[in-house]
Amino acid sequence: MEALLEPVSQFFGPAWPAVWTLAKIVAIIAPLMIGVAYLTLAERKVIGYMQVRIGPNRVGPKGLLQPIADGMKLLFKEIIIPSGASKGLFILGPILAIAPSLAAWSVVPFSEGMVLANVNAGLLLLLAITSMEVYGVIIAGWASNSKYPFLGSMRAAAQMVSYEVAMGFALICVLLISASLNLSDIVHSQGQGRFHDMGLSFLSWNWLPLLPMFIVFLISGIAETNRAPFDVVEGESEVVAGHMVEYSGMAFALFFLAEYANMFLVSVMTAVLFMGGWLSPIGAIPDGFHWLALKTAFFLFVFLWVRATFPRFRYDHIMRLGWKVFIPITLVWVIVVAVWMMSPLSIWK
Amino acid sequence: MDFKTLVFYILSAIMVFAALRVITSRNPVHAALFLVLSFVTAGGIWLLLAAEFLAIVLVMVYVGAVMVLFLFVVMMLDINLDRLREGFWSYLPVGALIGILLVIEMALVLGGRYFGLEAMPEPPATQAGYSNTRELGRLLYTDYVYPFELASLLLLVAMVVAVSLTLRKRKGLRQVHPSDQVAVKRGDRVELVSMPAEKE
Repeated sequence: MEALLEPVSQFFGPAWPAVWTLAKIVAIIAPLMIGVAYLTLAERKVIGYMQVRIGPNRVGPKGLLQPIADGMKLLFKEIIIPSGASKGLFILGPILAIAPSLAAWSVVPFSEGMVLANVNAGLLLLLAITSMEVYGVIIAGWASNSKYPFLGSMRAAAQMVSYEVAMGFALICVLLISASLNLSDIVHSQGQGRFHDMGLSFLSWNWLPLLPMFIVFLISGIAETNRAPFDVVEGESEVVAGHMVEYSGMAFALFFLAEYANMFLVSVMTAVLFMGGWLSPIGAIPDGFHWLALKTAFFLFVFLWVRATFPRFRYDHIMRLGWKVFIPITLVWVIVVAVWMMSPLSIWK
Repeated sequence: MDFKTLVFYILSAIMVFAALRVITSRNPVHAALFLVLSFVTAGGIWLLLAAEFLAIVLVMVYVGAVMVLFLFVVMMLDINLDRLREGFWSYLPVGALIGILLVIEMALVLGGRYFGLEAMPEPPATQAGYSNTRELGRLLYTDYVYPFELASLLLLVAMVVAVSLTLRKRKGLRQVHPSDQVAVKRGDRVELVSMPAEKE
């Protein structure tokens, strides 16, 4: 690999680090975007089968070209800017929605050493970037100068801020027991312990000792991405489509892509933080990227499964769950974990 | 000029521009969004100073939470832009006085003998494994544990006070209790009555 890259790096000279990083970014974003496109198809298929229908099956063999047809349709549609809209912000909205959900991938470790930016404070950086996701929704809702989008963006602001707190506390537990903010180190810390020595690695991953936090994180992740059953932001029956009402064509598609990219991100984060990332579940089988992909695919399936199963939460119930249930649970569990680590029963020595 | 200096000047220019727009833009929502921009660029400048923990926390707390709630409120206000500019000239002397005071204070701090390279030499370069976050945590919970705990207690008191000031118990309010709803059995809602069929 090094010898192969040598002539290329000499060709670019001092600009080589920038070019090489750009190439890595493309290598992450391109598969991600294809994954997002096919996640929309998977969603329609999975929900279709769960509701005893077939789902899209007309475009291409078994409907496999459906996402491409959808993309083409959105690409060729006109972007209409409402006359009363705040023009600059109206265009900025969708851009701010998708930018953080792509930027967050810079710190995700895909395999041993396979990470774009191996920063020390990776977990914090991830929290900071994902906390900026809400701006796209808020700005879009306000700039549209219309009632339903505005209501949607108000709901989004309240909901995302509420669930971020619970998510943050769940992450504090993870960083307590792995004693690091670096995501690769967090994965490494899950690959040791009594069960790992017995060959049953999957029992030494964080999900077991932090089971309540694992569930809180997953549910908060669903709430953060505004997916069903927490999709009051775009609830069709109440606010039509929330912040996206006035958007059309590619501007709408960006919101759509951002939502699915966020689903991918939350699934990968759950896999990395609680399910051992790229580690294999049984000691005898080698580790590798395919394990991370499998775990991510499972959590993505959970997203779709949940959507097909539960009716939409009422708004006050969402707030109650976030503030009165999750935050007390996580607060207590942070203390429990801290005491557990200091007691002789600690399993993280 | 090395690359770092270039980045610093670009970020500073954006930040000064954004800060100016915060006070000059006509629309309060635009002003709040420019404040967000200046926070993000301030985070970038702190990153250049290798203070990654502070930079990320600045973005997380101020951009991710405080400004979201700020926008939430500003967007809901019914603001008349013309009335907003009405008292400009009568407020100007007070504002100018406070501004001048701030400038003098800053000049005294920055120009004084306790600030500058002689009083505070440049910190030695850190090793590769140096973790800003770990060092900060160690200092906060060992050397400065009492001030830190006091500050957090103050914040807690402020929070409790804010809640108790605004909390109003409304009478005659009908509420649903989810725990009661979940605990409901069929017998609580449905009554099966055995009765003979009615004939016409």
